[in-house]
Amino acid sequence: MDKIQSDDTIAAIATPSGVGAISIIRVSGPLAVSATDTIFSGKSKLIDSHTHTIHYGNILDSNNNIVDDVLVSVFKAPNSYTGEDSVEISTHGSSFISQKIIKLLLENNVRLAEPGEFTKRAFLNGKIDLAQAEAVADVINSRTEASLKGARNQLDGLLSQKVKSLREMLINTSSLVELELDFAEEDVEFIQFNELQKRTDSIINEIDLLLNSYSFGKVVRDGVNVALVGLTNVGKSSLLNYFLKEARAIVSKTPGTTRDVIREEVSINGILFRLYDTAGIRISEDEIEKEGVIRSREVIKNSDLILFINDVEQDYPYDLFEELITLNKQENIINVLNKIDLNKETKIKSDIKVSALTGEGINDLFNLMKIKVFGSSNYSEKNAVVSNLRHYNCLKKAKESLIEANNSISSKMSGEFIAVDLRNAENNLSEIIGEVTSDDILNNIFTKFCIGK
Amino acid sequence: MNHFEIIVIGGGHAGLEAAVAAANMGCSVGLLTMDKHAIGRMSCNPAIGGTAKGHLVREVDALGGVMGKIADKTGIQFRMLNKSKGPAVWSPRCQSDRKLYSEEAYNIANSTNNLSIVEANITRILIENKKIIGVGTIDNKDFTCSALILSSGTFLNGKMHIGLTSTKGGRFGEQPSTGITQSLIDLGFESGRLKTGTPPRLKKDSINWDILEEQPGDKNPQPFSYSTDLSKFPFLPQLSCHITYTNMKVHKILEKGFEQSPMFTGRIKGIGPRYCPSIEDKIVRFADKEKHQLFLEPEGLDSEQIYVNGFSSSLPEEIQFEALKNIKGLEECEMIRPGYAVEYDFFPPHQVDLTLETKLIEGLYFAGQINGTSGYEEAAAQGILAGINAANKIQGKPNFVLKRSEAYIGVLIDDLVNKSTEEPYRMFTSRAEYRLLLRQDNADRRLSSYGFNFNLIDENKNKKIAEREILINECIKLFHNIKIHARDINNLLEKNNSPLLDSTGSIAKLSKRAELNLKDLIQFIDVNTHKIVKNLVSDKIAFEQVEIELKYEGYIKRQQELINKFEKYESANIPLSLNYLTLNALSAEGKEKLNRIKPRSIGQASRISGVTPSDISILLVYLKK
Ligand SMILES: Cc1cc2nc3c(=O)[nH]c(=O)nc-3n(C[C@H](O)[C@H](O)[C@H](O)COP(=O)(O)OP(=O)(O)OC[C@H]3O[C@@H](n4cnc5c(N)ncnc54)[C@H](O)[C@@H]3O)c2cc1C
Ligand SMILES: Nc1nc2c(ncn2[C@@H]2O[C@H](COP(=O)(O)OP(=O)(O)O)[C@@H](O)[C@H]2O)c(=O)[nH]1
Ligand SMILES: [Mg+2]
Repeated sequence: MDKIQSDDTIAAIATPSGVGAISIIRVSGPLAVSATDTIFSGKSKLIDSHTHTIHYGNILDSNNNIVDDVLVSVFKAPNSYTGEDSVEISTHGSSFISQKIIKLLLENNVRLAEPGEFTKRAFLNGKIDLAQAEAVADVINSRTEASLKGARNQLDGLLSQKVKSLREMLINTSSLVELELDFAEEDVEFIQFNELQKRTDSIINEIDLLLNSYSFGKVVRDGVNVALVGLTNVGKSSLLNYFLKEARAIVSKTPGTTRDVIREEVSINGILFRLYDTAGIRISEDEIEKEGVIRSREVIKNSDLILFINDVEQDYPYDLFEELITLNKQENIINVLNKIDLNKETKIKSDIKVSALTGEGINDLFNLMKIKVFGSSNYSEKNAVVSNLRHYNCLKKAKESLIEANNSISSKMSGEFIAVDLRNAENNLSEIIGEVTSDDILNNIFTKFCIGK
Repeated sequence: MNHFEIIVIGGGHAGLEAAVAAANMGCSVGLLTMDKHAIGRMSCNPAIGGTAKGHLVREVDALGGVMGKIADKTGIQFRMLNKSKGPAVWSPRCQSDRKLYSEEAYNIANSTNNLSIVEANITRILIENKKIIGVGTIDNKDFTCSALILSSGTFLNGKMHIGLTSTKGGRFGEQPSTGITQSLIDLGFESGRLKTGTPPRLKKDSINWDILEEQPGDKNPQPFSYSTDLSKFPFLPQLSCHITYTNMKVHKILEKGFEQSPMFTGRIKGIGPRYCPSIEDKIVRFADKEKHQLFLEPEGLDSEQIYVNGFSSSLPEEIQFEALKNIKGLEECEMIRPGYAVEYDFFPPHQVDLTLETKLIEGLYFAGQINGTSGYEEAAAQGILAGINAANKIQGKPNFVLKRSEAYIGVLIDDLVNKSTEEPYRMFTSRAEYRLLLRQDNADRRLSSYGFNFNLIDENKNKKIAEREILINECIKLFHNIKIHARDINNLLEKNNSPLLDSTGSIAKLSKRAELNLKDLIQFIDVNTHKIVKNLVSDKIAFEQVEIELKYEGYIKRQQELINKFEKYESANIPLSLNYLTLNALSAEGKEKLNRIKPRSIGQASRISGVTPSDISILLVYLKK
């Protein structure tokens, strides 16, 4: 068989994500090094470095804001896993950051890798043997099989339903365009330009809704990381326990892996909250506690939300608050005042007042947390939302094609030109749900219109 | 003589192209058919071409086939359909003189060197070691051959229905073909049953033409064939068609016959085409439609018969007649022959390869209606491809496969093989994903070099095409470079309501504007400096090519990019010997489908329904051994 040359560059997250862990993004292909260079700022350019070297620096977004400080390993062809030029970017574990870095790469002529594609390339370049490749292929396949069996969660079910219905709308629209092309001689009514535009516009609108749901979708899929921070005895552990009791379903109970940070997962209204009870973040003299402090800082850094807890009995620790701001962002912090059941006067500033003992105010706290995470958007787990970057990209491409189609419509091009982009959009949607059949349009025409002499 | 290198069974539209092509390639060919005067007979509609079908005819012609030439010679009305749309969907169509068409077909077959016409009814296929060795006739005569092309059309166990009466036959007045189906099933082939129908024929003089809407042909008719002499074209006097409509009363009358409909009572088991429904089907499925359009088409210059296009039916004769008499213009009509339906055997086409050779028996090819298609043009397209491949095989030359990005013929065969078909397959332009490139106007540019290599196109014509190709490409390049000044052209732009230029604009860029055409722009070129432009202006065909390529350049480029993207998969070959059943990693359905179809390339594999993207990744991994 002819050799299939990889002429494009691919990227994917190579490790499962999770707070506290390190996550690795792998990039492979002719542009791997140069694409990484464009988003990386370190001591020297990666392109000038030797194979098997490690570089410290920052990933910058298009506005030159720092996304994360990272370690980048450079492997030059043929001395890499895939046999191509490759780069591995080690980031702090938050999946938000990893996904953001991937997104930046995608803006630089890199595309998302298909499942198993690194291994495929490794095999095609003779880096691994057949048995190894078979093993990988089995894994890829079993994953696909599982998803076919509907083992996917409800979220994906809703999304594919939505995409299916969008695809159907598109097929209906395409059918109207094709009808006029293949059945011009027939005695049927053809669609007008403005009606056509109306239809494509409404599909674009729906796609926009899905695209906008991406940040929500990600949260729903990956969960919200919440750090409970505060002085000793303000009631952090009590609040955590109250949450656990209130939440209808406890997702999992991971006993603290260190004696310093306790992690609990609770599902509130279908959204996964990962709660971290931090011991403290102040540097202590105690050698044993030092490690805990480092871990706590790590947790705070990677949290989507911080509950800064105080109680009516102590003063507000401004220095601690300042420290939180340097580790994370002010807008992610909720000032919680606990123990209001004690009815003590206090001037401590707070966004919300609760009692971990009686449960007073806890519901409002939930709501506040939700608003903080999702903004005031109306998404709920009942809406179709996009939570996967590949899906997001397919939708984006579909939208771009539809905009092209709209351009052809506005310049009153004949149907076959409009059809090109409608078809591309349809293919992009089909890629999300994994079915591509070109006969759908004709089938639709045959059932809806009286065709044929 | 009872040995031929290649035997073709059936002188229909597929068989004719196959026999003529293979003979012109130098093979000894026997065209064995029941009735030599039925060669090239039009079973149904006296018309060639139409949307997408017209493309096929142009492609067959570009490869060196005969359908376009015969149609040009015998056409009595020519129209370019879809002229109001873009060039990719323009489709030539003609009404033919039915009698002259088959006479001309016979003449061509009869005058082709290396081609012998033999009247015979074949009932047996002779095989040795899974290889074709010959055929046997109904009266026990054997013919031997090294390759066999089976193009028996609607004749295999053909059965015709009018009301509840059914008769055996492949076509009105013609015997069915029995024996072949069974002989193939015994060899392990899978067969199926399809159905098609034809409308009644009326007597010309009995129709009140004066009150009907007339549909004449084009004022400047264009031929199908690139080799037709334009100075003599059209060869025959031109006639009009007429249009009329059914009405609710007609529908009521037809409904009376439903109890005796072979379709509705389940007597017909075969599946009919949805795009070509009978009138009774239309009334049932689209009950709120108050009228259906009918075309009254002449069957020939001297013919007494009128073909009622749109009124295909297998209802009882009396019902058809009574209904017709209630249609405007047909009040006094005489019915020469009622419509009827025909059922026939076909062989689901996943059993053939992209060369149309069967996967089971070496040297056996299927072409035409037997592969589940419907239509003369689809048959001709397969015929020429099977003929070329059979000849290549005899002569030890490589297979000839057309890609989806090269030709409608490629789309047709790729669809048949990979998707098989459950209803009669007809070509549509929407089946071609690269429609903007596969235009009827550039069929010769796409395909004639193949025809020349197979000796089906003569050297002069080939040279002319090659020279024109250079002219076209040089002019396109030139028009990107020549810039027109604002002061020169703004007047013209203003007149055409086109945005004015600030400084300069290239001819290529300006020609993309819908309101401008190349002819206007060329005035601004100094033809003494650019002599080549003179050549372009004097070559109408080249001029049209340049204009289309420039005007739609952006779209054409995008389609070309798509093709390039998939090209590497199309050229990544899979050995036919690959045993998919041992590839455990494949999905269950993927395994079964791949094993059934045995694709030749990764690209082909990816189009098979049921084969998932991860199956493809796995194949890629396995194949890099
Ligand atoms: C009643 C009817 C209605 C149709 N309606 C439509 C329609 O509405 N639209 C449409 O697109 N197409 C229609 N068709 C189909 C169209 O006619 C065919 O698609 C086309 O003619 C197929 O070409 P072919 O070469 O495969 O076979 P055919 O044109 O059918 O030719 C087959 C030839 O093989 C010969 N033959 C068969 N068996 C043997 C044998 N055993 N020994 C020797 N010779 C044999 C026959 O005598 C015949 O000459 C209709 C056909 C019929 C019969
Ligand atoms: N009255 C009252 N006591 C509380 C409340 N929340 C926590 N406490 C008490 O405060 C003490 C410290 O609580 P704990 O959860 O261990 O604090 P942590 O050190 O921040 O984890 C315990 O004795 C709790 O019972 C509350 O809302 N009201
Ligand atoms: Mg505690």
